[in-house]
Amino acid sequence: MSARKRTAAIVGVYNTRQGRRLDGETSRSLALEAVRGALDDAGIELDSVDGITSGELSTTLIYDLRLGPAWQGFGFGLGMITEAAAAIENGLAEAVVLVAAQAGEYREHEATAPWTRPENEFVASWGMFTAAEFALIARRHMHAYGTTREQLSIVAATIRNNGARNPEAVYYQRGPFVPDDITASRPIADPFHLLDCATTSEGGCALVVANVEKFDVARPPVYVLGSGFDFYGPSYQHPPAWDLTGRSETDPNGVVGRRAADLAFAHAGLDRDEVDVLELYDPFSFEIIRQLEAFRFCPDGDGGPFVADGHIAIDGSHPVTTDGGTMSFSHAGTNPQMMQRAIRAVQQVRGNAGPLQVPDAHIALCSNGGAGAMFTTVLLLGDQPR
Amino acid sequence: MTSEHILQPQSGRVPHAESPISAPFWEGCAKHELRYQRCADCGQATFPPSEHCRFCLSFRLDWMASVGLGEIYSWTVVHRPVTAEFAPPYAPAIVQLREGYQLLTNMIGVAADELRVGLGVRVEFCSVNPDLTLPYFTKLDVAGPAAPAD
Repeated sequence: MSARKRTAAIVGVYNTRQGRRLDGETSRSLALEAVRGALDDAGIELDSVDGITSGELSTTLIYDLRLGPAWQGFGFGLGMITEAAAAIENGLAEAVVLVAAQAGEYREHEATAPWTRPENEFVASWGMFTAAEFALIARRHMHAYGTTREQLSIVAATIRNNGARNPEAVYYQRGPFVPDDITASRPIADPFHLLDCATTSEGGCALVVANVEKFDVARPPVYVLGSGFDFYGPSYQHPPAWDLTGRSETDPNGVVGRRAADLAFAHAGLDRDEVDVLELYDPFSFEIIRQLEAFRFCPDGDGGPFVADGHIAIDGSHPVTTDGGTMSFSHAGTNPQMMQRAIRAVQQVRGNAGPLQVPDAHIALCSNGGAGAMFTTVLLLGDQPR
Repeated sequence: MTSEHILQPQSGRVPHAESPISAPFWEGCAKHELRYQRCADCGQATFPPSEHCRFCLSFRLDWMASVGLGEIYSWTVVHRPVTAEFAPPYAPAIVQLREGYQLLTNMIGVAADELRVGLGVRVEFCSVNPDLTLPYFTKLDVAGPAAPAD
């Protein structure tokens, strides 16, 4: 049991249509649809909203939705949820909408998506982008532990096959894949092939975090049981070295997120084996292997054999990324894809995950980031306040 | 082995920026000297350039010349370029320098299938355009300057 009663919970979630290209939509049109959808899901009126968090757009949306005076969040991805819950539990707001959307910002596909290639003078001249950053991490693991190309392909095939069965996924009915299909796709950044990588798409999403003592919500609340946030520096500006350490000289960047997971489980008072579903962020196939090790679901170096043994399949002991993730469900820019890990976790814990429902899912772990980006964040959600 | 199998430097308008803090590094590149900073107080090497030592936070950083020798810490070969300015394949690598720091570079003058963690490498300066000389790296036993990319 936590020391104090939990009053904040996720009470509404919504994904707009996701697509490779959503003609006629704008980032704002999708954001408004997502706000309305999440509030309808929660059974809360827009007039009751007294907080918003949408990255850099928070202030603009407070003005354009006429929500002021209102609390605004500064976090991104899973951090938005922890921050909103903390705001509510500290009496700063009662109902917070979290929203992100993107359309029309990446239509010329000659270059990689703009959010994959931040500019820095010691990176840009070398043609770096996210696939290369994460490849430099994967290569170190392959060197140290003998992780194989086949094991990467098993991860990608597993997640893409989830997406192929998810009617809301951009790549619904695209599949099924066998591991050899992944390996046979064209090379992008060794060891990654095209089907190891996130897609790019358009879409929006929103969540509502509210004080469940103040609102008669329409849906069973999903509680934030624990979270943790590990950063090693700015993404894509420094060499993404596995062995990078800070002053503590513990938990190098290669296992970034371990401290975050340890904190999340300690906050929640849960053990690893109490988690029912892992909504892991999947920018590249290898990242799943890394996170399973970093979060202590398997020993260091065992992530490859662990995924090869079928643990991560939808009917396995550790089902991962059950909507198809960024590889198949959607990857609509920096923030939607991050928040969508939590939306899927809420769907699973509510029992609303359709053909991909994990039976008796009560506790879900979500993650964002990865060692190639030098940060990893963790959120534990559950259907009871504990 | 034909030249098309050997990784080549870029020759186009690759993106580049510099700042007051990093200016000595880029001036060094123009003179084919690989520069880095070392702390006058604690002795640690630091890179990329910084206002202060990342270890003891001292502002007494001295610019030093690296011998430009090291080994590959990690590598990749990019086949889908980040933008059209880059000609694939190219091979980003993290190099561990003998002076005790790491930098990001591209490998040239070596076949992609020769790349491996621990490969001995040396710096190879290349003018990618009239305004920019970049510190590429090549395999240690390759003699002489790399052929231009044409």
